[in-house]
Amino acid sequence: MTDSADIATGRDRAKSALTLSQEYLQRHSFIELNARERAQSLFDPGTARELAGPFDRIESPWLFVQGVTPQADDGCIVMRGTIDGNETVVIAFSGAFQGGGIGEVSGAKLTAALDLACIDNEKGKPTSAVMLLETGGVRLQEANLGLAAVAEIISSIIALRRDAPVISVIAGPVGCFGGMSLAAGVSSYIVMTPEGRLGLNGPEVIEEESGVDEFDASDRSLIWSIFGGQQRYNQGLADVLVEDDTDQIIKTVRELIAKGVPAVHRSQQVDLYRSRIAALDASSQWAPSVWSAASLARSTGRNQEPVNEEEKH
Amino acid sequence: MSNFTGIRGRIWFKALTGHEAPTPGDPPSVLTADAPIGDDNARFLCVVPDHDSRFPCASHGEVGLEQAYTLAARIREIIGADNAKDGGKKRPIIAIVDVKSQAYGRREEIGGIHLAAAASADAYATARFAGHPVISLIVGQAISGGFLTHGYQANRLIAFADKEVLIHAMHKEPAARITRRTVAQLEALAKTVTPLSYDVEDYAKLGLLYQLLHIKNPEAPSPEEISLVRDTISAAIADARQGPFDLRTRFESEAALTARKASRQIRARLEQQWNQ
Amino acid sequence: MEEFELNYPAKRKAPKRVHIGVVGSGDLEVLLEPIDGTTATVRVRTSVDGFKTTWKAVLDRFFGQYDGAVRIEINDAGATPGAVYLRLQQAVEASQP
Repeated sequence: MTDSADIATGRDRAKSALTLSQEYLQRHSFIELNARERAQSLFDPGTARELAGPFDRIESPWLFVQGVTPQADDGCIVMRGTIDGNETVVIAFSGAFQGGGIGEVSGAKLTAALDLACIDNEKGKPTSAVMLLETGGVRLQEANLGLAAVAEIISSIIALRRDAPVISVIAGPVGCFGGMSLAAGVSSYIVMTPEGRLGLNGPEVIEEESGVDEFDASDRSLIWSIFGGQQRYNQGLADVLVEDDTDQIIKTVRELIAKGVPAVHRSQQVDLYRSRIAALDASSQWAPSVWSAASLARSTGRNQEPVNEEEKH
Repeated sequence: MSNFTGIRGRIWFKALTGHEAPTPGDPPSVLTADAPIGDDNARFLCVVPDHDSRFPCASHGEVGLEQAYTLAARIREIIGADNAKDGGKKRPIIAIVDVKSQAYGRREEIGGIHLAAAASADAYATARFAGHPVISLIVGQAISGGFLTHGYQANRLIAFADKEVLIHAMHKEPAARITRRTVAQLEALAKTVTPLSYDVEDYAKLGLLYQLLHIKNPEAPSPEEISLVRDTISAAIADARQGPFDLRTRFESEAALTARKASRQIRARLEQQWNQ
Repeated sequence: MEEFELNYPAKRKAPKRVHIGVVGSGDLEVLLEPIDGTTATVRVRTSVDGFKTTWKAVLDRFFGQYDGAVRIEINDAGATPGAVYLRLQQAVEASQP
C-alpha cells in the first residue's frame, strides 16, 4: 500500500541516488593528473607560472652517463601563483620519473623554491608553500647528492615554516617514502588521500632488510593498514584525509593556507610522541591499532586539534 | 666492503668526553654528555648499538624510534636551557656519528619512525637556526635515514678518512640489487659518477665536508690524534659561529663550485625567474 | 644509451612551443620549439640501444606529414614506435593556436 509519504520518500531516494551518481561523475580524480596538472589545478585560474621548466633544460648531470634518460625538468615542477588570492609556490614531484626520486637538480629546485619564499616572507610578502610529494626518497642513481639535497630540503622547510605554512599533499599512487618522509614530517600540515601512503621505509625495503616475517611486501592490505592515508589520519600523523577529488583537495589546501602557521608543529612535539612510544610494549609485533583512538583521545598530535574520525572533507 | 661494528662511536664519545653512559632514563643506545671543548661546554650526542634494545630492529646501531626521540629531547633540552639564559654564547652540539642506517621494522613504521626521524632532524636544525654551533664528527658510517636523523643537519661536517668510514644513501649490496647491477659494476660506475662513490675521499669532493681527518688508528686513537680532533671541532665551532645558520656553505664551498654546478645553476635560474 | 640528430626540410613557422609526456618506463617526453629557417631538427636520446633505423622510419613518416620549422627534443625510456608517433602528433596538436 502506498501513500503520499511513501511516494515522497521514494522520490527523495531516487533524487539522492541521482545526486550521488552525479557527484561521482563530477568527481575529478587528482591522482589521474600528472604532476604538472596537479600543480596547475591548485592555483587561481590564470595565475600559475612555471619556473625553471623543461625548456630551461637544467637536467641531471648524472643520469645519461649511467644509461638513464634524463627528463628536461628533472621530475620536479615549480610553479608560482595565487591560491585563493594568497601568493603560493607549489612544488610537485613526478612519480612517473624515477619513482619521484630526489636527485641533485630536483632536490635543489624544492630547496630554492622554499628559500625564495622565505626571502619574500622576510620582505613582508607572505608566501606559502605546497609540496606535492610523490616520491620514494633519494634517487639512488645520485645517491650522496640526493641525500644531501634531502637534508637541505628539511632545513629549508624548517626555516620557511616559521613565517608561512608549508603544506604536504600525499595523494598517491607512489606516496611519500624515504628521506622525504622527514620533509613531510617537519611540514606544517599533511594532507593525504586514502590511496596515499607515508612511511620511512617501504614494504620491500623492510622485507629485504628484516625478513618476510617482519614485513610481507606482497600483503597489500597490510601495507595500507600501516602506511595508508586513513591509518595515518587515525593516528594523528596526517592532518586531513581527503578523497581523491581535485575540488576537495583545492578546498583543503585553501583552508590550510588560510589557517596559517600552526602554533606548534608536529615534529616539535617531542615529549608527546616520546612518551607515547615509551608506553607501548614492544616485546611482540604490533598491529596498526596499537595506536588506538582511545590513546589518542588522551593526547593529540594533530597540531592541537581534537581527534575526530568523522572529521574529513 | 665496510663491516659495521658500531664501536667507533662509543670509543670517540669516551675519548672526547670521558663519559660513556646514557642519561638515566634514556635507552642505552643514546649517549649524552656535557663536556668542555676549547672554551665551550658542549653537548655531545652519539647513537650506539644496544643488543638488549626493546626494539629488535634497532639493536645493532640502527637509528630507531627511541633513538630519534631521545636525541630530539636531549637537543631541545639545550635549546631551552640556553634560551632561558638570555644572552651569552649558545652551547655547541656535537653529533658523533657511526650509524649503519635507520631501523627497518614493522613496529617502527606503525610507530611513525618517519616522524621520530623528523623530530630529531627538526631539533638539530632548530638548534642550528637558534645559533648553537652544530658539528658532526663522522667516525664510522653515516647512512641514509640514520644520517638524516643524526648528523646531517649540522653547520659543519667533519669526517675521518679511512676505509671504514662510509657516507652514503644505501649500502652497496642492496643499492646494486635495486639498480640491477653487480657490486663490481656499481664500484666501476662510482669511479666516474662521484655521488655514487663509497669512498669518503670522493665524498669529500662534493663540497659538503668542513674537514677530512686522517687518523691512523681510529679505534685506538693516540692522545695527539684526540687533540687534533678536539682542535678541529673547536675550529669548526668558531667557523659556524660566524654564520649564516642555514646550510648554504654546502653549495658555496670551493669544491661545490664544481661538484654542485647544477645545484647552483638551478638556484640561480629560479631566483632569476622568481619575480619575472 | 644513444643520442642522435636528424634533420628534415621545413616550410612553415610553428606557432608556439610545447612540452608533453614524461620519461617513465615505456614512455617519452617531447619538447617542441619553433625555430627560424627551413630545417627542422630532431634530437633523440634513448635508453634503448639499437633501434636507430626504427626511429628514423617513425620520424621520416612524421615529417612526411609535418613541415613545421621546429627543434624537437625527445627523451625516451623505451616507448614503442606507435607511442612515439602518437606523442609527436600530440605535440603538434598542442602547438596549434
